[in-house]
Amino acid sequence: MEENKLYTIQVFTENIVGILNQITAVFTRRQINIESLNVSPSSIKGVHKYTITAYSTEETMNKVVKQIEKKIDVVKAHYYLNDDLFLVEVALFKLSTPLVMAHPEISRAIRHANARITEVNETFCIVALEGTTEHILDLFYEINKVKDCILQFTRSGRIAVTRSCQEEVSRFLHERGEEI
Amino acid sequence: MDKITGSEALMRALKNEGVDTIFGYPGGAIMPVYNALYDYTRGENKAFEHILVRHEQAATHAAEGYARVSGKVGVTLVTSGPGVMNTITGIADAMMDSTPIVVIAGQVGVNVLGTDAFQEVDLVGVSQPISKWSYQIRRPEDVAWAVSRAFYIASSGRPGPVVLDFAKNAQTGMCEYEPVKVDFIRSYIPYPDLNMDAVKAAAELINNAKKPIALVGQGVELGNAQEELKAFLEKADIPAGRTLMGLSALPSNHPLNMGMLGMHGSYSVNHKEQECDVLIAIGMRFSDRVTGDISRYAKQAKVIHLDIDPSEIDKNVKTTVAVVADCKVSLPALTEAVNEADHTEWKESFQPLRQEEIEHVITPATKPTSGPLLMGEVAHDVAKATNSESILVTDVGQNQLMSARYFKYHKSRSIVTSGGMGTMGYGLPAAMGACYGAPERTVCCFMGDGGLQMSIQEFGTIMENRIPVKMVLLNNNYLGNVRQWQDMFFGKRRSFTPMCNPDFKGIAEAYNISYRSVEEREDLADAIQEMLNTDGPFLLECAIKPDANVEPMTAPGMAVDEMMLNVEC
Repeated sequence: MEENKLYTIQVFTENIVGILNQITAVFTRRQINIESLNVSPSSIKGVHKYTITAYSTEETMNKVVKQIEKKIDVVKAHYYLNDDLFLVEVALFKLSTPLVMAHPEISRAIRHANARITEVNETFCIVALEGTTEHILDLFYEINKVKDCILQFTRSGRIAVTRSCQEEVSRFLHERGEEI
Repeated sequence: MDKITGSEALMRALKNEGVDTIFGYPGGAIMPVYNALYDYTRGENKAFEHILVRHEQAATHAAEGYARVSGKVGVTLVTSGPGVMNTITGIADAMMDSTPIVVIAGQVGVNVLGTDAFQEVDLVGVSQPISKWSYQIRRPEDVAWAVSRAFYIASSGRPGPVVLDFAKNAQTGMCEYEPVKVDFIRSYIPYPDLNMDAVKAAAELINNAKKPIALVGQGVELGNAQEELKAFLEKADIPAGRTLMGLSALPSNHPLNMGMLGMHGSYSVNHKEQECDVLIAIGMRFSDRVTGDISRYAKQAKVIHLDIDPSEIDKNVKTTVAVVADCKVSLPALTEAVNEADHTEWKESFQPLRQEEIEHVITPATKPTSGPLLMGEVAHDVAKATNSESILVTDVGQNQLMSARYFKYHKSRSIVTSGGMGTMGYGLPAAMGACYGAPERTVCCFMGDGGLQMSIQEFGTIMENRIPVKMVLLNNNYLGNVRQWQDMFFGKRRSFTPMCNPDFKGIAEAYNISYRSVEEREDLADAIQEMLNTDGPFLLECAIKPDANVEPMTAPGMAVDEMMLNVEC
């Protein structure tokens, strides 16, 4: 059996209502759990970009990507491993100010992680961190050693750009472009 | 420019697409469309035949039957909520079997969408996973574009069902109308470019093959490539098996036809798939009913897969060479690239297995001399009486497998059956549709007593329109296929498979449908002739042996060469 790895799937679609449903349905049918999902406009006008992470095998990814691409309003879909991408996630921590003050190792950990403190008051402080999942989780576990210090926590889905020069879909759209 | 209603725009757009027949059922949220339809179905301006079915599910199956025999897009028109929910089975069926239909459904007005308005259902949400495209028309201005896009998507590339969810305000709102012809969608490539390197690689495999075998699917008919298929098979001298869906893609009497694939297919082809060195799949999708235990399927063979749909490649069977294109294009290119060959010895090696099947299965099933009537002999005799030129429509179950096995197909587009979905109740409405799609041909519909009763209300549609469908009821008073599996795999515990049936003669008479029953073998030929000679609809009820089994059979979980000639219960 091929081993499960974390794949990042990028899907480019027309900007039409209901496409998210169609994409996630392909994962659901194959019982693949989506780890993270981000949707945003791409650099091309009218083309939306979905960045999805999931653990799976390459063989399954191949099938998933083809079945997503089969949807009429999906322009292109690709899958990548981490090394193929520049990728980042963002996390927000809401921490208890009294506990941060009482435990100087928390401030050290925040500095060490290169996180930013964006707001402080007597009750809480907000810390923002961007980086890889591991990087973010390292800080989370470090702070969480102090019980009740983390009041709230959220992580964004992964966003990524490829190592290719332009959007992967650019050449395809250019080829189809004469007839647009 | 004069303004017209969205409903009138729909009529013009359908006319513009060349629609001639609509299968439908009116209701609240589609009334403006039916009001416009009134003028298009009578008098000088008559453009469409509208067939009022008796249940919306039948409208989709009829549209499927129409599409399958004509190659055109079948059209269904229904109301919102329960109306369109009743079409869902037909939409899923069309998706599985790549049948081009367009289902147009009423929807509540956009101002009340999402409020649980009367007969509101999230149709796009429900139908998206089981359709090729599903779209909500919210403004009358979008009608022309959406209809043209719907027909383009349904009929191009690998065909499939399209759903149009037509909001009531868009039906009644006013718009200017200009005909639209959509033939390009930038994100959709229905006909992928042929890759000549793949053709060369495939040709090399074929030229070096000693034991090639071709698997022919419905894709050949969808691509109208029946002649191209013959040219290819004949030049390279390749024996072929056909899927259930592809039975009429290669004529039954063609010397290279070796029979049907799959669980109840030909004994020889199923064995030879495990012996061939190159397996050439043409417009078929390696259904589990074809491959049996896939982990042991044709492992020795190099696999060439010709398909128009890239997502079929490597989906079930790992391919050595994939040729992704319309087979109308790829088959001639491949024919050009392969050498003339002679595989006489290989072809002859099918014969001993074929003889075994004839002796132990085919002759007993089609030419019995004693005992009750058998499904096989009825199918065989009906095919013979129609010179193998009629269209076979089947329901699902033993009636389907036995009639598919023992019918003969000398013309293209001659089998209409629910292959992927296995929808009971499909046969009768699909046969009605087939009568409209191919009015010049004889349509024979084989059904069991279970399947007929799932769509028996369509006797009303048949009565009203005098649809000349020749209905053959193979009545064994059982849900026969499930009964066979219960006998084989569930210790003969016949859990809810015996049927308590009505007097079908009385029902036929009530609907003014000609009827005859046959119990004795010596009456069969005469009864078949009476059915074929009678104008209009005819129900021929055959009293079939109650516990006969479909043979041969590859039991579930078995490899195709573990097929049993005769099943043991």
